[in-house]
Amino acid sequence: MNVVEHVSVSRRQFLGGLLSTGAFVIAARVVPASAWGQDPTVTARAATAAFHPGVYLGIEPDGTVFIIAHRSEMGTGIRTTLPMVAADELDADWSRVRIEQAIGDPKYGDQNTDGSRSMRDFYQVFRVAGATARTMLVSAAAAQWGVPASACVAANHEVVHEASGRRLGYGALASAAAAIDVPKPEALTFKPRSAWKYVGKMHPAYDLQPIVSGSAMFGHDVVRDGMVYASVEHPPVLGGKVRAVEDKDTLAVRGVQQTVALDTFELPYRYKPLGGVAVIGASTWAVLQGRRKLKVAWEDGPHTGFTSAPFAEQLAQTVSQPCKVMRDLGDVDAEFAKGGRIVEALYSTPMAAHAPMEPPVAVAEWVNGKVTVWAPTQNPQAVQDTVAQAVGIDKKDVTCHVTLLGGGFGRKSKPDYCAEAAVLSKRLGKPVKVIWTREDDLKFDYFHTTAAVYHKAAVDARGRPTAWLTRSAFPPLGGMSDPTARFAGRGEISQGLVDLPFDVPNIRAENGPAEGHVRIGWFRAVANNQHAFALHSFADELAHAASRDPLEFLLDLLGPGRILDLSTQAPMYGNYGANVAVHPVDTRRLRRVLETAAERGGWGKRKPGKGWGAGIAAHRSFNSYVASLVEVEVDDKGGVRIPRVEMVADAGVIVNPDRVRAQFESAAVMGTGLALYGQITAAAGRIIQSNFHDFQVARMNTAPVQTNVTFIESEAPPTGIGEPGTPPVLAAVANAVFAATGKRVRTWPIAKALT
Amino acid sequence: MTLTVNGVSRTFDGDPDTPLLWYLRDDLRLTGTRFGCGAGLCGACTVHIDGQAARACQSPMKGLQSKRVVTIEGLSPDASHPLQRAWMAGNVPMCGYCQSGQIMQAAALLSRTPNPTDQDIERGMSGNICRCGTYQRIRAAIKAAGADARGRTA
Repeated sequence: MNVVEHVSVSRRQFLGGLLSTGAFVIAARVVPASAWGQDPTVTARAATAAFHPGVYLGIEPDGTVFIIAHRSEMGTGIRTTLPMVAADELDADWSRVRIEQAIGDPKYGDQNTDGSRSMRDFYQVFRVAGATARTMLVSAAAAQWGVPASACVAANHEVVHEASGRRLGYGALASAAAAIDVPKPEALTFKPRSAWKYVGKMHPAYDLQPIVSGSAMFGHDVVRDGMVYASVEHPPVLGGKVRAVEDKDTLAVRGVQQTVALDTFELPYRYKPLGGVAVIGASTWAVLQGRRKLKVAWEDGPHTGFTSAPFAEQLAQTVSQPCKVMRDLGDVDAEFAKGGRIVEALYSTPMAAHAPMEPPVAVAEWVNGKVTVWAPTQNPQAVQDTVAQAVGIDKKDVTCHVTLLGGGFGRKSKPDYCAEAAVLSKRLGKPVKVIWTREDDLKFDYFHTTAAVYHKAAVDARGRPTAWLTRSAFPPLGGMSDPTARFAGRGEISQGLVDLPFDVPNIRAENGPAEGHVRIGWFRAVANNQHAFALHSFADELAHAASRDPLEFLLDLLGPGRILDLSTQAPMYGNYGANVAVHPVDTRRLRRVLETAAERGGWGKRKPGKGWGAGIAAHRSFNSYVASLVEVEVDDKGGVRIPRVEMVADAGVIVNPDRVRAQFESAAVMGTGLALYGQITAAAGRIIQSNFHDFQVARMNTAPVQTNVTFIESEAPPTGIGEPGTPPVLAAVANAVFAATGKRVRTWPIAKALT
Repeated sequence: MTLTVNGVSRTFDGDPDTPLLWYLRDDLRLTGTRFGCGAGLCGACTVHIDGQAARACQSPMKGLQSKRVVTIEGLSPDASHPLQRAWMAGNVPMCGYCQSGQIMQAAALLSRTPNPTDQDIERGMSGNICRCGTYQRIRAAIKAAGADARGRTA
């Protein structure tokens, strides 16, 4: 399926410049066969491309530029945006650029498309790839004309010798460029910002037309010859096992071929299949019908004691006691002991499901000890690892083709569904498509965890805190890999807990233990969701307790702009894996987004109350700074309408403004929906919700009517876009509800508390 | 039984309870009609049956004798329907998965209500979920397409 073309490593030494980000193997270029065969000629044409300076970029003699997208497309536009960066530096004509989706392969470096870091980690890599190719094309043309390279320029897919007016297209130069010496990275020059052609300009997604025509290929659309369909009845309680199966009625369903019992995972559960009973058949409908008639008796396992309401009580208890100290500044206890005024509040958030519109699905094909997978996955290399382990082969023998993803939000980083398909394909000796229903998706998600967060402040005469204590407790992500994990990991405590940005002399942040009883996984913005909701709700509570304007109070709390150095106060602080020297916590940027949001939203111009209110919050996450101003109208019956949201982001250089704008519009919708309506609950270890009637997500009539997005102009390196929008929205909407109704709602779903 | 799908006459002899969704996707390979919930709650599978918007997952084949079914693939041959053009002009989709259903629902809305108000759009479109949250762009695209279509017939 793949064309592997070996090229001389010595000729490719220049790609050492790419090695700074890690494992780029440049001795081979893999051209992934299109998972969906949109154009069967693509593979052949790419294979003959004469000039391909690395795994990211190839130029054919006909001038077609191939750029490999190695990150997954789930709606952020990354499949378009990273190639744009290379095309801009290359001075390529975008209409002659073809994007190919990479298979999973460590040579591309990290492909796990989560953590809002594609642009942060790969912007420079793609610039280097484009600039290198351009430099070589210019050198090739100069050599051909016998003129200095400095007398030639690249412009719109050709090289021009300005003095003589001679010009040669990139296609014509490809073979010659491939044969010449490669410039050292330090010899590269990058285009000045004023010459950018694509970066920073509005650019439609590469897949736009196929999407509106219905021809775009998602995971659910993959078909293989001889493929059978599978739908799996999973153990309703985590770790449960099949005790007995009665499948007589299932097998009587037209089109059902057989049932297959699947082993329950051995802990840790990580990305392993859940186990259960698979119904195999000739069509989706047959297996769905067959499942309905399946009777399984379960051995429920150790988690039947998990029920949401008492569990929330338990978390609340945990945060009412001293927990593990993760940040310590000054002496909080001494300040509390002074007997001044104390403000405190407890917040709790329920579980949430990712619920991407495309439920999990995968096609796997086992042939002679090798497996090929086609799947909507955020992490094709994890598919390789997980599938290899599940079927007992080497990961090199797993090929993962990445389709478009019908949403991801973190769910599709965990390839349990891919392993299910592979296990079944090996067992049956046929290609298998595993389809998860919406019920499967909601009941067997890797849930955003439930959490309790406590805040306590000692305040001075003006209501300004002199000491601030915060504690959170929630089943940690670490439980995926370590069944004994109880405390939040470095990533989670760094998401809005220890990085409390306010200028207060005494601060302590603590994390308490909690055990997971369902699968827990990262969900868009992860622990920022519970932490930011509580933190910025509490800041608003402090403002009201002091009878001060929330915006004025917040700016006072942030204090004069400064770089927050957490290295001694919170040595575990992770900064999203980014170097703090490059991406410091800079409260000046936080102030600026806040002030800008207030200005755009006309803060203070309308008196809140009588069912109308506005709320504001600003939060740094994924190295980006985002402020959100939410307006709400609450009617007599507690119905909430959101006429307007202002989102202001400082995320460094904005590469594809329209797609970035879309991500912040998206954050306003998902954030308000999550805080107002969504919750997942459990009883006796079983998830209660099953579909969109009881797990409510934002619809057109409940979503913000108008979301305006403003970017702060910046020369800073690009930072996160997909996730950092939701955290401030969660608090801003709660603050707006308070302004409108006088009701402080400290738990989700907020709308439930209003009716 | 026979029906037409995107103008082509088709014969179906499978389980009469089979939802149209799976006939379209598994048998005809018209995969633009998406599976989102299987319960008529999300609108990802919206098609037109005799010109009316319908959820394909809730439309068993036994009810479709002699019916005319149009899917996203049949809305226009080349993405030229005013809604498809407006969708592209406004860069509406994010992940894109729900968009076929959104467009088909919007097409039915516009055919009944060529000049929809915000309220008409909300009422007509609130059965279609977009988890990415493209609602405000959908609203704008429907208005633009309505204006475009009216302009062309005027």
